[in-house]
Amino acid sequence: MTEGLTHQEASRPAAPLPIPPLLETVELTRHFKVGAGLSRRMLHAVDGVNLVINRQEIVALVGESGSGKSTVARLLAQVHRPTSGEIRYQGRSLAALRGRRAQLAYRSDVPMVFQDPFSSLNPAYPVAHGILRGLKLHRPELGRAERQAEAERVVEAVGLSPATEILARYPHELSGGQRQRIGFAQALAYRPKLILADEPVSMLDVSIRIGLLNVMAELREREGVSFLYITHDIASARYVSDRLLVMYGGHVVESGPTEDVLAGPKHPYTQLLLSAVPDPRAPLEVDAAAAKSEPPVVIDPGPGCRFRERCPFAVERCFAETPLLRELGPAHTAACHVAVADEVPTAAV
Amino acid sequence: MSSAPNHSDPSSDHEPLLDVRGLRVSYQSSRGPVEAVGGVDLRVGRGEFVGVVGESGCGKSTLLFAVAQLLSPPAAITDGSVEFKGQNLVRLTEKQLNALRWRDYSVVMQSAMNALNPVTTIAAQFKDAILAHDRRSAEQIRARSVEVLQLVGIDPVHLGSYPHQLSGGMRQRAMIAMALLFTPDLVIMDEPTSALDVVAQRSLMVQIKELQQLLGFAVVFVTHDMSLVSHFSDRLLVMYAGQVVEAGPTRQVFDAPAHPYSRGLLDAFPSIHGPRVPLTGIPGSPPDLAEPPPGCRFAPRCPVVEEACHRVAPALYPVGGVLSRCLLDAPDRRTPATPVEATS
Repeated sequence: MTEGLTHQEASRPAAPLPIPPLLETVELTRHFKVGAGLSRRMLHAVDGVNLVINRQEIVALVGESGSGKSTVARLLAQVHRPTSGEIRYQGRSLAALRGRRAQLAYRSDVPMVFQDPFSSLNPAYPVAHGILRGLKLHRPELGRAERQAEAERVVEAVGLSPATEILARYPHELSGGQRQRIGFAQALAYRPKLILADEPVSMLDVSIRIGLLNVMAELREREGVSFLYITHDIASARYVSDRLLVMYGGHVVESGPTEDVLAGPKHPYTQLLLSAVPDPRAPLEVDAAAAKSEPPVVIDPGPGCRFRERCPFAVERCFAETPLLRELGPAHTAACHVAVADEVPTAAV
Repeated sequence: MSSAPNHSDPSSDHEPLLDVRGLRVSYQSSRGPVEAVGGVDLRVGRGEFVGVVGESGCGKSTLLFAVAQLLSPPAAITDGSVEFKGQNLVRLTEKQLNALRWRDYSVVMQSAMNALNPVTTIAAQFKDAILAHDRRSAEQIRARSVEVLQLVGIDPVHLGSYPHQLSGGMRQRAMIAMALLFTPDLVIMDEPTSALDVVAQRSLMVQIKELQQLLGFAVVFVTHDMSLVSHFSDRLLVMYAGQVVEAGPTRQVFDAPAHPYSRGLLDAFPSIHGPRVPLTGIPGSPPDLAEPPPGCRFAPRCPVVEEACHRVAPALYPVGGVLSRCLLDAPDRRTPATPVEATS
């Protein structure tokens, strides 16, 4: 249960490797049309996101609802096509994937686990159905008996036993936590390299969430899978992730090794986010900034920082020029004009 | 199990605003009656903020609906009383209840998206709520609507807005504004912040607390997120499988939780401060309330379970300023030598 916590040191970026990262995005952008005719406008869901996920790494993507984090997951899962920018998987652009076979191979390498375990399993079939069908599609080389054995293996790998009995059950006979484990087992059956987990625990009870996060950490250790863990819960992101990306209004505003970001958040939004996390062990700090919690303008946004209206440190430049990610610490970047390297921004600027 | 003694209850010196005793609620199911609330006592003083926490299926929302007399079949109150300002709500007719609703107590539902009417403006919905309970002129309605919106920090121009034109946080605040139209003595809230992200959540909690202190109403706040109410509630009830397993002053429950379930729940939250420690959560899942375990309902998941726990159903025992439904806290079982277990 503890492997997830010990891995971090080993995965600190060393010298640049000649092999490309498992997955990377280059200026990934997705806009959606809203309205029609003269009132047609553009919603900038994701703007210029550069993201790297290495092998056997858990990367957390944190942000509020509407920040674009789920759109990133859907772009990576090829549910949406990028408006511009590129997704490279093992060094090759996804736009270059040709034919059903290549598509299928990518999908089995990079499956997705959904938020709602109550609607993502087919209620009409026992849980074996979905896993076996996935195996038949993605691993046609397996025979019937091998598929059954593999289904049992993945069910056990996510901490459910006895496997044969679980496989014979219908989704309604399982608890929410067990269903979400089946969601991970289904993804695992494809022998994935990277699992996209979009808020996988947010619908579960508090006492059960940790068990699922531990499953992610174990699958990374034992099966060598990477995860993109998408969440609004920065405390759970801290619990499992090696690196953290914070999104706000479609932009990545901060990224870095999880502990470094939490210990010294550079971007004012990250600071606000951290101060808002309810922590019964910490005293209450009420800040005025938290009261102004209106969402950013992402429909036809002009230039400038999208957090500026809520930012206690905003200066003139923030209204005119969109800040780019700058390195402010080792592997630690933030998109803020005001942030100071290895020091929190101060109101005195 | 029923009507527990009044010790360690700060509101017991005064006549409580709300006094729930031995409340039981059953759902009729194809497998027979399922008791979702099994004998709950809840006392709320004037101006007090009481948090009710527990996981899904623990009966917290059913309790809230039963207190507000909003249950509909197949759920029904089978026993107990709900005394509110000296009247037993369970015995009142719909007509008598309507005279109290909104004016004396109001309810803020979980999802403002579903609770607000999507095809009418905020102003029209406020007007409906006012006219259902009072005769007021158009100007009075307008003035009061502006007033309550300003209370929750929404620009009154939004009276002309439709719910979809407001952000999630604003919709929830509009719901709270609506609940305050008649300045009730008690506002019952069912996870009003659960659809919001952390920043909006924190800002709404601060606002609720400020309004409560300004206007002096009492709050019963139901949530699954124990940490959310940690800074805001005066007292806390922890529910598990239809029963109160721990009750006491919030700070005390957080600093020294007595019941193993409360301890487990607190330890299930990863912290953003301090060292990263492996957590386990609480293994297993809550019992089937159609066939609850014979002894302690938490026994199958309890890390400190003893043999007797599977046979003897514990009552609520006073221990260190709180009430705990754990046999280990029973007066005849307690060994003074046992040090208080540190949890953090």
